[in-house]
Amino acid sequence: MKDQGPKPKTQKVEVERDRFLTWAERTPVIRERILKSIHRAGSGHPGSSLSLVEILYALLGEGGVMTHSPESIQGNDRDRLVLSKGHGVPALYAVLVDGGYGIDEDELMSLRKLGSRLQGHPDRARLPILEASTGSLGQGASIALGMAQGYRLDDNPHRIYAIVGDGEIQEGQIWEAALSAPHHKLGHLTLILDFNKGQIDGPVEEVLSLSPLREKWHSFGWHVHEVDGHSYEELVQALEDTHPEKPSFIIAHTIKGKGVDFMEGQIDWHGKAPNDEQLERALKEIRQNHTIGLAP
Amino acid sequence: MKTPVPIPKDVERMATRAAFGKALAHFAEQYPRVVCYDADLSKSTQTHLFAQKYPERFFQMGIQEANMVGAAAGISFTGKIPFACSFAAFLTGRYDQIRMSVGYSQANVKLVGTHCGVGIGEDGHSQMGLEDIALMRAVPGMSVLQPSTPTECRQMVEWAILHRGPVYLRLTRQGLADLPLPPFKAPGHFPLVKEGRGKAFLAVGALLEPALEAAVVLEEQGHSRPAVFNASSAKPLDDGVMEKLCDRFQELYVFEDHSVLGGTGSALAEWASEKANPPVRVVRYGVQDVFGESGTPKALYEKHGFTSRAIVSFLRDFPTLS
Ligand SMILES: Cc1ncc(C[n+]2csc(CCOP(=O)(O)OP(=O)(O)O)c2C)c(N)n1
Ligand SMILES: [Mg+2]
Repeated sequence: MKDQGPKPKTQKVEVERDRFLTWAERTPVIRERILKSIHRAGSGHPGSSLSLVEILYALLGEGGVMTHSPESIQGNDRDRLVLSKGHGVPALYAVLVDGGYGIDEDELMSLRKLGSRLQGHPDRARLPILEASTGSLGQGASIALGMAQGYRLDDNPHRIYAIVGDGEIQEGQIWEAALSAPHHKLGHLTLILDFNKGQIDGPVEEVLSLSPLREKWHSFGWHVHEVDGHSYEELVQALEDTHPEKPSFIIAHTIKGKGVDFMEGQIDWHGKAPNDEQLERALKEIRQNHTIGLAP
Repeated sequence: MKTPVPIPKDVERMATRAAFGKALAHFAEQYPRVVCYDADLSKSTQTHLFAQKYPERFFQMGIQEANMVGAAAGISFTGKIPFACSFAAFLTGRYDQIRMSVGYSQANVKLVGTHCGVGIGEDGHSQMGLEDIALMRAVPGMSVLQPSTPTECRQMVEWAILHRGPVYLRLTRQGLADLPLPPFKAPGHFPLVKEGRGKAFLAVGALLEPALEAAVVLEEQGHSRPAVFNASSAKPLDDGVMEKLCDRFQELYVFEDHSVLGGTGSALAEWASEKANPPVRVVRYGVQDVFGESGTPKALYEKHGFTSRAIVSFLRDFPTLS
């Protein structure tokens, strides 16, 4: 966990390449699941879910950086992830299918249906693996902060992660957490920003500018990384490069609707379901864009 | 004005949020002191209509409801009439800002909360305003309004502009039938929608329609003859209106897509339990003490008994006084 010098290279690089190739094979399936489930539900947030796929996979996918298993959901022997931008939860459901967490593809089709565990926004009481009930933006960073404090009290070596949206971090509570996590020296906390540049009423830069973003978080005392949020290599490097005292803030540059050409960067696709014809087109495009995540 | 029952199938429907958006953009011309705030939901709250017409009087705050409420209070002190708009859940969730910067400061702020009730459907609990009336009712001086039709919404918007003091306006995502109703004059006046005796239904928002239909069915079945009133304001209550209501009826049933804790039903029950003489029973019919969840609006309305059929069977099973 401490600052490391240059690592012994060649062998590690090979292993990483294999790992990322496997991920790149899996993530089109995640994107398909996201779109199919939202299509079936008839509502949801495809743009916001698709920008999250590589981030979630680098964390929770097979061989991802998080220490986590279906058996570890009870107790505290695990890393935790809080999805603060709760409306992106279809992406998380889709990733969890592969981890043996008891969610299968059939259940994905119950998204947003009465009685389903797969609520439109995360419901921790129905599905404890979600760690926190979110959907009212701005709250997840503080919850993660508290988890990090709890882990430290117990000398628990595990990490806490939270994912926030770029529109979401306009909320004042985020900046309260931004101020207090470094103060409490929560080096085992990582906040990841899904920096997809869009919110509902328009581009983030026009609605309420965040810039200079990196400087702000840096000046608040965070260990800041800025990466391509669709590159496994960059994500994993940033996730693994932590600081013993400073909490990490990873600015993950992403594209809203990533993987589906007609959704990419389109604010309109923030929160509406594709119709039959659009779904078909989207699935085709996802198959064509199957190298997402890999370095060029 | 006579409200036709049963309600014609081709009656016009419009969400009260849509009626609000249109009305605000409309009245803004006549009332130049009106300004509008939104927090990244202008397409949902329909304030984008105002924003297009009067960009210089529209403030896009980003996802910052607390900051928005404070700013609205501040601008009201300079003589403007701000409408601060978001989903009811997120807006009234900024309760301290509302109780201090708006309520205690006697700021002339109009708070507009859309997406009320379980009727929003699939988005689930986090986006549903379910306790907003309870919260807003507890702020001294706050008028709490909830239009039952798009036309009434328009009337309430103008009333709010002209009224000096904080107002909370609670609006639906889903379309409501534009039933012809007596016009809105002031809070606490529950206009009569259907005559009756013994029992009175006080219904509001999306539940006015099923309650009215249920009353008609109960009458046809010879079970009872409930009167129906439009209970489109929860605060302030009008003592004269309440007295008359409690004199004429032995049972008041209050229907609303809101928690039964602290809602319009609670407001009426509080009044009646202290002042009705002889005593009047008040039955609260709403979201029981539970969280909202995802589902189609229709499935959720069935689950919560917000259909005329469910209301009829509830009344038939309910131990009656009259
Ligand atoms: C407190 C709060 N205010 C408003 C909303 C409504 N809302 C849902 S998603 C969204 C935009 C979020 O933008 P961003 O954080 O950039 O997420 P993205 O979808 O782009 O990933 C808004 C305003 C909300 N869920 N919570
Ligand atoms: Mg965004």
